[in-house]
Amino acid sequence: MGQILQYIQSYLHSDQTPGAAGNMFWVLVYILLVFAGLSAAVIAMNWLERKILAHMQVRLGPMRVGPHGLMQPFADAIKLLLKEDIMPAEADALIFWVAPFVVVLAAFTVFVVVPFGPTHAITDMNIGILFMLGVSSLSVLGIVMAGWASNSHYPLIGALRSSAQMVSYEVAMGLAVVSAILMTSLNAEGTGTLSMIGIVQAQLAQHEWFIFKFFPLGLVAFFIFAIAMVAETNRAPFDLAEAESELTAGFHTEYSGFRWSLFFLAEYSAMIAVSSIAVTLWLGGWLRPFPNLFSGATWDLVFSWFPGVTFLLFAAMCFFNAARMPKHPLFRVQTIGLAGFGVVLALVGLVLFIPAVSGRIEDIFWFAAKVAGFMYLYIWYRGTFPRYRFDQLMQMGWKVLLPMGLGVLILTASVALLQPILWHP
Amino acid sequence: MTDPNTLSHLDLEAPEKPFLDANELVINMGPQHPATHGVLRVILRLDGEKVLGLECVIGYLHRGVEKIGEHRTYTMFNPYVDRMDYVAAVSNGLGYCETVEKLLSVEAPPRAQYVRVILTELNRIASHQLWLGTHALDIGAITPLFYTFRDREEILKIYEKYCGARLTTHAFRIGGLQYETYAGFEKDVKNFLDFFRPKIDEYEELLTTNRIWLERTKNVGSISAEDCIALGVTGPVLRASGVKWDLRKAQPYANYKNFDFDIPIGQNGDTYDRYLVRIAEMRQSVRVVEQAVGSIPEGAVMAKVPKVIKPAVGEVYHSIEAPKGELGYFIVSDGSTQPYRVRVRPPSFVNLQALDLMCRGQLVADVIAVIGTLDIVLGEVDR
Repeated sequence: MGQILQYIQSYLHSDQTPGAAGNMFWVLVYILLVFAGLSAAVIAMNWLERKILAHMQVRLGPMRVGPHGLMQPFADAIKLLLKEDIMPAEADALIFWVAPFVVVLAAFTVFVVVPFGPTHAITDMNIGILFMLGVSSLSVLGIVMAGWASNSHYPLIGALRSSAQMVSYEVAMGLAVVSAILMTSLNAEGTGTLSMIGIVQAQLAQHEWFIFKFFPLGLVAFFIFAIAMVAETNRAPFDLAEAESELTAGFHTEYSGFRWSLFFLAEYSAMIAVSSIAVTLWLGGWLRPFPNLFSGATWDLVFSWFPGVTFLLFAAMCFFNAARMPKHPLFRVQTIGLAGFGVVLALVGLVLFIPAVSGRIEDIFWFAAKVAGFMYLYIWYRGTFPRYRFDQLMQMGWKVLLPMGLGVLILTASVALLQPILWHP
Repeated sequence: MTDPNTLSHLDLEAPEKPFLDANELVINMGPQHPATHGVLRVILRLDGEKVLGLECVIGYLHRGVEKIGEHRTYTMFNPYVDRMDYVAAVSNGLGYCETVEKLLSVEAPPRAQYVRVILTELNRIASHQLWLGTHALDIGAITPLFYTFRDREEILKIYEKYCGARLTTHAFRIGGLQYETYAGFEKDVKNFLDFFRPKIDEYEELLTTNRIWLERTKNVGSISAEDCIALGVTGPVLRASGVKWDLRKAQPYANYKNFDFDIPIGQNGDTYDRYLVRIAEMRQSVRVVEQAVGSIPEGAVMAKVPKVIKPAVGEVYHSIEAPKGELGYFIVSDGSTQPYRVRVRPPSFVNLQALDLMCRGQLVADVIAVIGTLDIVLGEVDR
């Protein structure tokens, strides 16, 4: 017993990720935490997307299940789980059954290397980014399987579209990623890294996020990635694979209930995954913003209050809306519920002001905040843009993003090579 | 391979074709499909994503409106026409009432004429709003739908106040109006105009210069003026091809000749031009309503029409510019209280013929865009 406790405690003083330290107990804990956090994020995204989109479209969105529809995702989840499991008679049963799991597996596995903080990752691989790109592109396999096994025209076209789309955008995406990785090698030893944690630490060491590096090269590479990642996740305006008005629902037309919810889960966690890549590579991962402009212990302290302040703001929003609730007995439960939710958020916010807590949470907070920014962008795109046509999408991928990616890569490499000669003789 | 420019009808079961052509995929789009605007069924022949040809199958919403007309008196048939193009019910009613009035050789009093113009033009705006929202939704822009529906609501509220109905209004009677306008009608209409003018800019802000919108609509579903005329295509589709043909100007009915408005036309006859034409038409409709609402004369709203309408033996064709094109009624009277024959020339039905021509050689996604831009209402196509 003592040995086990010692084994568990031994990690607490480590400055490595549990996977790298080889501590299986903490690996399991982290896996559970990441999985739970991700599921919570998907649930929150579901609600937020519907609410934000609704407000962009001058409507209210879910309002009935819980205060301001807060319980709507749970109601939906229960509905989906209780639905009849339908498999088309002509479908290829085995492949039809496996496909959603392949997609979900690919979407969740990438989180093994996502660094939420210097030690907050399940593991740190020396090929982290390669692993992420590789595994996340496995989801196309699941989509093709789903489209093929459904044995129906619309899913087939959807699957073909999405495989062509994902394959072609991966090229541009890869080039943008390589140009960011090149930047990690700008140190005394001249050695770069593919490790996700290493990439962020390189930005810390160079006192510059890679989005600002070699302006505007880092920015262009970031934009290429930002466009390609929307295409990669099949979201608007590149949602051709599930273009509702054309292909009813694309590759998952024949899926319903639990299987469909797996595709839904995978789509949202894939969005979070690619956003994490973008945040890690260009936006400094878990690092707080403005490290150069506002440096020093005072500013560090001020920035450490941000998580708490954010939660307090959310709590204030809850209280404000609870106060605005109609004063009618029918709304009493909802009002109390919303106020209670606000109290919970406020308590969490207050706890986050404790230095010992905020020191551990701050990294995760900044990482999550940046990813949340990308999530908002996804929703914003969906609210504003019409959908690209297939040929235009391909044209954009191969004729615009790919040459740009190549150009940025070559320029970044040249600047990186010339920099020591030209500017630091 | 068929020449995309010929109008030859495609035969999906040509015997000389191989039974299984690996390059060909036949897809049945509809009748239950989110983007076919009702129960239109389109059989698409595809080479990958490219459309080799298509065939429309209609009739899923056939209610025999024309046949019903033969068994109802002229007055009783009036509400049925509202159910054809249900998003522009007022226009349908205007066309029918004017046709019967022509048959009876009566004319609605001036006050009725003005109110008719106001309600019809408001209906044109409402119809175009519904078109814009659904068309943009088909192309993937989901937001305009909610904007247009929000504003369309204001028009429907005016209808509701006027006659109690919002959609199938039955606003007019043969010889005039169904009801006298309510107190505050003019104020409501004016308020709507002030409210609506900036909203058109809002729609345009979302779409007109949107890069993706341009790419999705320019050079998509182009149709030349000659083809339009050959196929009998009318309305905004014809005008977008550059033909300045609007029955409100060409064969003025109601009292459109008293109003000053322009006929917007396009040049390329593509989906984008049709979009611009319809947007401009909304602005022109606002102009017409503005002129009309300021000068509604006093007086009766009904002409002297016998209680039992019994036109002399004869036939009459009268057509009006409905939001979707030329809406014509051909009525044959045998001297009894019921029409001997009512034939409707619905714009959507005729315009739908052009779908095959406009879609050949384009991609699947364009078929959706073209169905949207034709602005068909299946209630009118099938009657």
